[in-house]
Order: sequence, then C-alpha cells, then structure tokens
Amino acid sequence: MPHELETLASEEQALLARLRAGDDDAFEELVRSYGGRMLATARRFFTNEADAADAVQDAFLSVHRYLESFSGDSKLSTWLHRIVVNACLMKLRARRARPESSIEELLPRFVGDGHHAAEPADWRPADESELERAESRALVRDAIGQLPEIHRSVLLLRDIEGLSTAETAALLGTSESATKVRLHRARQALRTLLDPHFRSIAAPDAQVTP
Amino acid sequence: MTCREFVEFLEAYLSRDLGPAEQAEFERHLAACEACRRYLESYRKAVELGKRAFEPSAEPVPPQVPESLVRAILKAKREQKS
Repeated sequence: MPHELETLASEEQALLARLRAGDDDAFEELVRSYGGRMLATARRFFTNEADAADAVQDAFLSVHRYLESFSGDSKLSTWLHRIVVNACLMKLRARRARPESSIEELLPRFVGDGHHAAEPADWRPADESELERAESRALVRDAIGQLPEIHRSVLLLRDIEGLSTAETAALLGTSESATKVRLHRARQALRTLLDPHFRSIAAPDAQVTP
Repeated sequence: MTCREFVEFLEAYLSRDLGPAEQAEFERHLAACEACRRYLESYRKAVELGKRAFEPSAEPVPPQVPESLVRAILKAKREQKS
C-alpha cells in the first residue's frame, strides 16, 4: 500500500519539522503517540514498572537532545525503538553493582558421572498453530521476565533484537565470551521455566477406569 | 563426552563454533543419548518460542502512556531546557 506509506511518512515529516522548530505541543504528541510502544519495550527489560517508566523518560530526553541528529533514513518509530533500548541498557549498566538473583537454580542438573539428574522430557511437537497461540506467547514473555536482568538483557538483544554477539557485548560493556555464556544460560533457564508447560503429557492409557 | 559436557557445549554446537574433532564427538554423543536428543529439541524449541514471543503482532496492543509518565517527561524536558 504505497499510498498509505507515503501518508505516514509525510505525517512523520510534519511532526519532525514541528519538533525541530521547538514546538512543545509536537513533543507532547510524540510522547502520546509513541510512548506506549516504547513503554512496552522497556517492560521487557525491567519487571519493575518504575524502572521501565524511568527508561522511557530517559529515552524521550535523549530524543529531545538528539533530534537534530535524526537523519530520517529510518522510520521515526525505528529510531525511537533504538533509543529506548539504549536507555534501558544504560540504566542496567548504571546499576550493575546490585546483587542479582541467581540463575543457577534454573540450569539443568547432573549427577556425579555427568548424566542428567532428571531425564529431560519430550516436548510436544512444535506446530505452527501452537507457536501462534496468544497464551503461549504470554507464557513465554512471562518466563523471560523471570530471568535475572543481565541474562534477560542478553536474550532480548541476541534473540529478540537480533543483534550479533559482538554488538551485544559492546552494548553491555562485557566480553564476547561472557555474552555467549550468558546467552546459553538464559536459554537453558528459559527452557527450564517453559518445561512444565510444553512437556508432553504421558499417554493416559495406563489409567484404569474405576 | 558426558551429558553435562554435551549441554555445556550446546550453544557452541548450534552456532557452529566447535572444531571438527569436537563436532564429531558431539554428534557421536547425540546419536547415542536419547536424553540429550530430547534436551536439544526442547532447547531449540524454547529459543524459537522466545524469538517469537515479542513479534509485533504477538504483543498486547501497546498500552496508553500513563498520564503521570507523560507529565513527568514534559516536566523533565522543561527542566533540561532551563
């Protein structure tokens, strides 16, 4: 629908022009139009609502500061998305010193000789319709929310934002090897959290009718 | 190779980061161990579910920005200006 795209682009252009002219109403319009989606993004990084709101506020202050540098090569929403992700990461880096909840208990366990302590279950075969189901997705988002912050950030940047290991390491201020270890642990922990929901239920043929 | 080692190198295996000898050992274990095959499949599926959980069409309709946050942002912007 080229016509619709053109219209959207020209609306964005008009809003941008007003923003650059220092129009306060345009800024408020920007916050109201894009803030909801940005808050949803920030909530992926922070389970605490106040932290997510803070990150969105920081993001809009950066938008205000760097408006001139927005080239218009990407869509305004893409630029805003990048800014809010960055704001979340800055906030996470600033408080890295905080004690983190441990991921250890969500990692698989092994016995002395290196065998699985509990046999991994068969998961129900992945079929498209199941992956599409809204409840499945809500469940997965909830599980990601339960990961410790640093592991959640790595998972979000690598698997959801689609950044490379090098890009993720640079954004988080860590090494590539630490990033790889964290991604693997985050995925293992996600698997553990999803296991009760996706493991196959044993066939009920052993049940005896009364 | 033990199951513990298999799971430890799983991510490297999936990203094709293993050397040829390690890769071969990994595959030998995979062929022989039902438990690790199941672990690998569920790990893959968990990754796939994770990737799709936030697809634009999957997330709930973006919430309205709470009025208190709009006001806080506008106030912070005014203070930044002055």
